[in-house]
Amino acid sequence: MLSRALIQQEIVPRFGAGALKGLPDGATLPIPAGRAMVFTTDSFVVQPLEFPGGNIGDLAVHGTVNDLAACGARPRWLSLALILEEGLPLTTLRRVLDSVKKAADDCGMAVVTGDTKVVARGQCDGMYVNTAGIGELIDGFELGAGRVAAGDHILVSGPLGDHGMAVMAVREGIRITHGVTSDTGPVHRLVEAVRGLAAGVKFMRDPTRGGLAAVLNEVVEGRGRGILVRETELPFSVGAQATAEMLGLDLLQVASEGRLVMICSASVSGEVLNAWRALPEGAGAVRIGEVTDSKGRVILETITGGRRLVDVPRGELLPRIC
Amino acid sequence: MCLAVPMKIREIRGDGTAVAELDGIPSDVNLSLVPDARVGTYVVVHAGFAIERMNEHEADAILQVFKEIADWQKHAVESAPGVVP
Amino acid sequence: MKYIDGFRDPVAAAGVRAKLDALAAVLETRARAVNIMEVCGSHTMAIARYGIRDILPKSVNLISGPGCPVCVTPASYIDAAIALAERGAIVVSFGDMIAVPGNSTTLAECRARGGTVEVGYSPMRAVELAEAHPDREVVFLAIGFETTTAPVVMMLELAIRRGIKNLSLLTAFKLVPPALAALLSDPGIRIDAFLCPAHVSVIIGADAYKPFVNQWKVPCVVAGFEPLDILYGILGILKQVSHGEATVENQYSRVVTAKGNGIAQSLMAKYLEPVDAAWRGIGVIPLSGLGLRPEFGAYDAGLRHGVSMGAGDENPACACGEVLKGKQRPPACALFGAACTPDHPVGPCMVSSEGTCAAYFKYLR
Repeated sequence: MLSRALIQQEIVPRFGAGALKGLPDGATLPIPAGRAMVFTTDSFVVQPLEFPGGNIGDLAVHGTVNDLAACGARPRWLSLALILEEGLPLTTLRRVLDSVKKAADDCGMAVVTGDTKVVARGQCDGMYVNTAGIGELIDGFELGAGRVAAGDHILVSGPLGDHGMAVMAVREGIRITHGVTSDTGPVHRLVEAVRGLAAGVKFMRDPTRGGLAAVLNEVVEGRGRGILVRETELPFSVGAQATAEMLGLDLLQVASEGRLVMICSASVSGEVLNAWRALPEGAGAVRIGEVTDSKGRVILETITGGRRLVDVPRGELLPRIC
Repeated sequence: MCLAVPMKIREIRGDGTAVAELDGIPSDVNLSLVPDARVGTYVVVHAGFAIERMNEHEADAILQVFKEIADWQKHAVESAPGVVP
Repeated sequence: MKYIDGFRDPVAAAGVRAKLDALAAVLETRARAVNIMEVCGSHTMAIARYGIRDILPKSVNLISGPGCPVCVTPASYIDAAIALAERGAIVVSFGDMIAVPGNSTTLAECRARGGTVEVGYSPMRAVELAEAHPDREVVFLAIGFETTTAPVVMMLELAIRRGIKNLSLLTAFKLVPPALAALLSDPGIRIDAFLCPAHVSVIIGADAYKPFVNQWKVPCVVAGFEPLDILYGILGILKQVSHGEATVENQYSRVVTAKGNGIAQSLMAKYLEPVDAAWRGIGVIPLSGLGLRPEFGAYDAGLRHGVSMGAGDENPACACGEVLKGKQRPPACALFGAACTPDHPVGPCMVSSEGTCAAYFKYLR
């Protein structure tokens, strides 16, 4: 499959309008005067390429949209770079590209530049995707772990861990049929919805690799503050819980690809939750805990009332028997 | 070293395997160690193998014990002076 | 989740806690704390996961014994597995083993360097791979206590029935009762009661603990892994202790019977025989393991591929043996936090993410 033919047959029909018309080497973008822009990139190497609820294509769009959103930016422009393994079925590629187009359109994001390369059989596991995104910083957001203070509330926009469990169920070949569906999706509308409360929003992150445990530990690492979350408040879907039980996994360490974690001042958390719950992607939003004084630690208050550490996830998540 | 979950048998195949489910999530299970399991039986599953049936009568009995303890606890909290339930 | 959620009810947990506190207050008149040992990795994990030590009365001391078969597997076993992968075998392992270091490296690193190491949730993965790759040798890393031994042996029987010839087991099966006996025979440790493993007991039956009660007069309570199971199990132990009793109490009767799973036991007896076994950090405990009977030598990876696993490769400074027996606290070990950390563990107490030393390390971080 030659790159040129590929581009003519598959890329141009889907993305060849707007900035990509005529396939220039680079996109010329109208940056609004005096605006701060946010720029992010991410590469996607998920296996399998297609999983219940999505594929590497919409994952790649949502991942970059969500990184921009977590920085308080409105997503505008996307680059799309594909590395394809020779022999990848055209039908698979087409499904992935259709998903990219749909996801980008849904997010109001234009694919403005890109690249495709084909590598030899045996390289790149079918397909690797890189997306880079530019967004416009929304007025009023000043985000960073340094702003977080004792007493702040911790919110999540919905059930955690569905994506990681959906992918693992397929990958570990345990033949869990009709199991969990990935939660891959955009969260930028959740950020847009709380623009008016931006002053009280201290920190946002989408809990991807390493799950909630990674995000919360990152916030407290090396600082004079800690976090307390309550197990009774943590939202998990029935399917993700059942699958995690079967495989012996801790859902706190499992990736979501369509959720947002926010740390905000107590005074705005009620309004944030109301705003989020008014949107379909925020229907399951809840407060899960608060920031404390216990230096550098994330503590979980379990259902027994006993407390334990939420560790930094180490290494690969693997099913266990022990 | 004994991670095992209770699952309900949904469908039995002729080859010693079955489809069992936990909260509607189905998974393949090998029944060779519990050959008398039937559709609807609860089994405890370790590493993809059923290792024993669950005795639902015993399970319900112990759950009842815990329910009574929960009721006792609720009553103790509610009747404690000056405590908001 | 049916038959799970009911055992995680926070209000019932609070109730059992209250009863534990009340009983502990009565026991406070004793000279010392009640030492309860649990010997199952899943109990260790559950106790950590639900913060159980955080809520137990001060007069109850929960000791984590050598309960994780992955963690007590000698380093040389892992070396042998890695050697087999490097020689071109397809090595199939449970996820638990992948990141455990042998004497130099891990199966995960071996895989990164090109070794074929497959993670299987079920031992049947080995059968699938053997059938799919008839030109290659498949080796299954057969570790575990009795709970896992039964499914693995069943897998072997199914493989033999299907006429599979390119599959073998690298065995390191361990038995729980001999380990309990070894612990109880050690004059240096005081164990007042055992919280007995849930699913090992499914296989061997609750009656398996009667000899310990009869000979050593220690209460043995079989409890499940849910938080209410564990709390109620500890309450059951304290009640026995307060009455000066020692009996086998099966609190996991929803799955555990007095005699255990007869089919599993017969199957294990057909293919396996008791052998001496090396426990990482402890040393050899006589007849504490199971190996393939000579007539099944063709399926023994050690014989088939000529790999041997020496037992005498323990780091002499490793104090796991003492820690596992509750004789010593982690910081007293010369290697703790220096040569031995979660990222490069030496002995089982650090290998297991919930082992005594790993837990200490986490909380002191």
